[in-house]
Amino acid sequence: MPETLPDDSVGLVTPQTQAFTEPLTLACGTTLDRHELVYETYGTLNADRSNAVLICHALSGNHHAAGYHSMEDRKPGWWDNYIGPGKAIDTDKFFVVCPNNLGGCSGSTGPASTNPATGKPWGPDFPMLRVRDWVESQARLADVLGIQCWAAVVGGSLGGMQVMRWALEYPNRLRHAVVIASAMKLSAQNIAFNETARQAIMSDPNFHDGRYLELDTLPKSGLAVARMIGHITYLSDYAMGKKFGRELRSGSFLRGQHDPVEFQVESYLRYQGDSFANNFDANSYILITRALDYFDLAREYDDDPVKAFKHATCKFFVVSFSSDWRFSPQRSREIVDALLGAQQPVTYAAIDSPYGHDAFLLPSERYREAFTRYMAGIAREAQAPLKIQATEAQA
Amino acid sequence: MNGEPMRLDQTEIQHWIAQGSRILDLGCGDGTLLQYLRDTKNASGYGLEIGAEQINACIDKGLNVIEQNLDDGLGNFADHSFDTVIMAQAIQTMHYPHRVLDEMLRVGKECIVTFPNFGHWKARWHLTVRGRMPVSDLLPYEWFDTPNIHFCTFRDFEVLCREKGITVLHRQVVNEQSPNFLKDLSPNLFGETAIYHLCLGDRAGR
Repeated sequence: MPETLPDDSVGLVTPQTQAFTEPLTLACGTTLDRHELVYETYGTLNADRSNAVLICHALSGNHHAAGYHSMEDRKPGWWDNYIGPGKAIDTDKFFVVCPNNLGGCSGSTGPASTNPATGKPWGPDFPMLRVRDWVESQARLADVLGIQCWAAVVGGSLGGMQVMRWALEYPNRLRHAVVIASAMKLSAQNIAFNETARQAIMSDPNFHDGRYLELDTLPKSGLAVARMIGHITYLSDYAMGKKFGRELRSGSFLRGQHDPVEFQVESYLRYQGDSFANNFDANSYILITRALDYFDLAREYDDDPVKAFKHATCKFFVVSFSSDWRFSPQRSREIVDALLGAQQPVTYAAIDSPYGHDAFLLPSERYREAFTRYMAGIAREAQAPLKIQATEAQA
Repeated sequence: MNGEPMRLDQTEIQHWIAQGSRILDLGCGDGTLLQYLRDTKNASGYGLEIGAEQINACIDKGLNVIEQNLDDGLGNFADHSFDTVIMAQAIQTMHYPHRVLDEMLRVGKECIVTFPNFGHWKARWHLTVRGRMPVSDLLPYEWFDTPNIHFCTFRDFEVLCREKGITVLHRQVVNEQSPNFLKDLSPNLFGETAIYHLCLGDRAGR
């Protein structure tokens, strides 16, 4: 809990909710008659609406990307390291929008919401989602906010997949695509991890084929294991070794002692799993990991990523992290190579980092430098914010 | 944003770049040359670089810069996908300069290479008189700690070009420090930096 809010924080923020009553037909063919998106914004939209940045969140993210909801909050939003006054995504310059994705569980319509047809929670009956559905719903939010063209659409991991889909589906509605620690499609190993996580959830006796909310229970232990599996893959061997080593939390290996031994890493992972299981909906987890698995940027472009990227008209900034084995630098290189093949403007920074996939969320000097400079270039293109224009007019 | 002043070899390179060219600049440094070619020749393309500071400087200039180690080759670029591939003052840092040259001529219709002349009289003087590897204002590195691992003279480079069937479209020798009249007299002895404009033999005289 911060006693006072840091100067480079967006401060206290309040989520907003937007209801959409226009039916949304999803990629799977099902139509949602109405849905809601919860979102946060930081900064001020300028007069010609040219400084708006869309943040696309990853698997476990939500709309709370920066700042605090209250002075009692233990931690700020998930990307507070990079969103705020003077930070890479500078809220003195940009108007930042971050929605919770459709199918999520932080306030936007998802499996835990009530199915209007039955009056019960959607649960496992919530329609299958694809990344393109998120992009389409984000575009509708942009319409509501009066944003015809984003200065940039930015995202890491699964968020980066949404960014690339944006670039292909709405080429005229973004000027820059910032794709961080992402991939054009998951590898078999990645799908395997996701399936193991899903199986952990589904084999929890409280899962009840996904109808746990109707039965007033939660598959917490399964979801916790799912999160533990995921969490391991977001860290590197080095990062875990550095943080925990073989340190014991309790017990010892002394002769004559038989107190149960617990390693610090066990305790940490269980804590992470348990706290996640208290805050996340298991059906959302299943739904979102499936959307991740199904994503294949070039599928409808004859499986040719070069052909796919020929449809883009924005500039790209691609970032990878050396020790990221979940979305390895090789995946980012494939994105870059496809963009080069399509003769698209692209800048690529391969950041040396020991912190695995999580590096995209963590402070890092080189990452911060490159990201900040790239975003500063975008800000220069966009018009100065309203208040500065007003000052100039007075002078 | 203004770039650094250009080195002489960079100033000369522009004469061989047509308006609207697609350029690949290998080892583009802080992007001074690319920026100049973009602003004055309406050139587009990419710079490849591995130095973090240099990449940041390119980002500041709004250039397309790709973090890529040239020693890993140019396999991610299609044949003849650029009008000109440039490598300024970097070929002597490559593990396999001859392969890099092949790759440049595969990817580019033409290429421009600039490098320091190891046959310059100062380098020869260091070796001959002092018996030491040259360390000078032109080549300011000790032999054990230098990015420059494959030195050649102008003559060496031209022998390699001949062996590979590479046509030298133009050659320019520039001196930052030494007097110019001497380099015109004997480039391989008095020239500091060479600039070669190359294409594959069968495309000469297009």
